[in-house]
Amino acid sequence: MNRPEHILLSVKDISLRFGGVRALTDVSFDIREGEIFAIIGPNGAGKSSMLNCINGFYHPQEGTITFKGEERRQMRPHEAAAQGISRTFQNIALFKGMTTLENVMTGRMLKMQASFVEQALYIGRGKREEIAHREKVEEVIDFLEIQSIRKTPVGRLPYGLQKRVELARALAAEPELLLLDEPMAGMNVEEKEDMCRFVLSTNHELGTTIALIEHDMGVVMDLSDRVVVLDYGRKLAEGTPDEIRGNQDVIDAYLGVSHD
Amino acid sequence: METLYLIFIDPFVQMVVEPAFLVEVLIGGLMSGVMYSLVALGFVLIFKASGIFNFAQGIFVLFAALNFVGLMDLGVHPILAFLITVGIMTVLAFAVDRLVLRPLVNQDPIILFMATIGIAFFLEGFGESIWGGDVRPVRVGIPDAALFWEAGFGEILVQSSDLFAGVIAAFLVTVLALFFHFTPVGRALRAVADDHQAALSVGIPLNNIWVIVWAVAGFVALVAGIMWGAKLGVQFALSTIALKALPVLILGGFTSIPGAIIGGLIVGAGEKLFENYWGVPLLEGATEEWFAYIVAMIFLFFRPQGLFGEKIIERV
Ligand SMILES: Nc1ncnc2c1ncn2[C@@H]1O[C@H](COP(=O)(O)OP(=O)(O)OP(=O)(O)O)[C@@H](O)[C@H]1O
Ligand SMILES: [Mg+2]
Repeated sequence: MNRPEHILLSVKDISLRFGGVRALTDVSFDIREGEIFAIIGPNGAGKSSMLNCINGFYHPQEGTITFKGEERRQMRPHEAAAQGISRTFQNIALFKGMTTLENVMTGRMLKMQASFVEQALYIGRGKREEIAHREKVEEVIDFLEIQSIRKTPVGRLPYGLQKRVELARALAAEPELLLLDEPMAGMNVEEKEDMCRFVLSTNHELGTTIALIEHDMGVVMDLSDRVVVLDYGRKLAEGTPDEIRGNQDVIDAYLGVSHD
Repeated sequence: METLYLIFIDPFVQMVVEPAFLVEVLIGGLMSGVMYSLVALGFVLIFKASGIFNFAQGIFVLFAALNFVGLMDLGVHPILAFLITVGIMTVLAFAVDRLVLRPLVNQDPIILFMATIGIAFFLEGFGESIWGGDVRPVRVGIPDAALFWEAGFGEILVQSSDLFAGVIAAFLVTVLALFFHFTPVGRALRAVADDHQAALSVGIPLNNIWVIVWAVAGFVALVAGIMWGAKLGVQFALSTIALKALPVLILGGFTSIPGAIIGGLIVGAGEKLFENYWGVPLLEGATEEWFAYIVAMIFLFFRPQGLFGEKIIERV
């Protein structure tokens, strides 16, 4: 094992530029196995960009990403998914034309071993697998309490439930690392409480390591084991919620100004 | 007055007085509409999955039909010729993906569109140099007899080959619908069509999907080509008839499979009705060539996203 302190993911000296815009500059941190790790920072700080580097949507110009002991320059989305990284999006990215059940089923895509032909013709292994995956998916649906909307096209669901379906799709892949980009943004108090509960039980009951972006400080302090603060693409601080709360740089740069 | 009467009153009087003729016109129109639908379907599949407007879809129809009749002329059994042509269209899908689309990935849509124009010209020339430029009749044993059907209001004449084409097309559409809704690959295809980023995030490999979509579009093209060839013979004019898919797409919406099907039927039936009730009496006929394009243009003014398409909103 070359994973000191059970580090699941380690990003090192990541720099990402879009033309002249420096979205990330020399950012490094580790995410430990089994923790809830929060990424916070003002708008445009580079939080989403960081998640996009981790799951391979963006390719940083510098730095390395080490996941499960394997170091690489950049991920590719398909590779990241196959390695056990799932995610949700800041702006919901569901398959709008599909039902809840179908959306969650797509989360199992990589677990399907049958050949493309078998799947396409829905014969032999293709059919047996589909049935086995259905069971797993029903478990996830029960876990997130969305049984009643299984057959509803997701485009018709209210915003809060769409976010939950997105989480279900990510969980269906049984990820080792779950990336959540503002899972509670735009929710009312009740929806937020539900979502917090699901994030916590995902972490506690399923043992999934979670990296989460969130603007609501109360939520961050309640949920997370450790926090990293980004500001203008740079790392400002890293530590436990209490340490972050007491950090003067963070208070100046972030907590002092109001958002949204 | 006279003209107004001929435009607004007389056609409808005719329809009521002679319903059997109306039904015949409608059936004929719907049958050519089915062909338009099939071509439009190929366009929509590729456009939904990859955002590419495949100008070559019409040529696909011709190319598939050419291969099919060519093989049959060599003495190959129709079923075997069909399977081999499916194989050829799949290989073609692979080649297009590897040689054209992958090198151009992340380019502007207009560049990819130009690339498909290149593919179209290549296939047209390639097909001609292999199989020659003659009109070839398709003899797949599609029965071509005149059937008379005694309806309550008169006797209706139907071409059995038309009925056959309709049945085959309906069967194909049903199979495709089942494939899209009940198989994992179909689900992956719909996922890619819905949201590329989300599809990537669940690990759907976009490249494989594109090959499958192009192959399915090739398959649809083959069926359309055989149907059409059986009616008109396989000839290079097929590729221009296939351009009728364009007004069909404008009507049905570029991203809607039901839109492609219904749009095709509307255009097919609409142009036959117009030709028979307005075109011939008022304009000396030959309106079928342009009627669909005029309707499409009117549509562009009032409902540019088509009947079923999503509103196209520029991302900012
Ligand atoms: N695809 C892109 N192309 C160009 N610039 C980008 C792209 N993605 C992000 N950026 C830029 O990178 C910077 C960081 O953006 P990012 O979305 O990561 O911020 P964020 O911390 O997630 O902000 P928010 O809280 O508003 O979601 C911004 O200046 C943004 O404009
Ligand atoms: Mg963001």
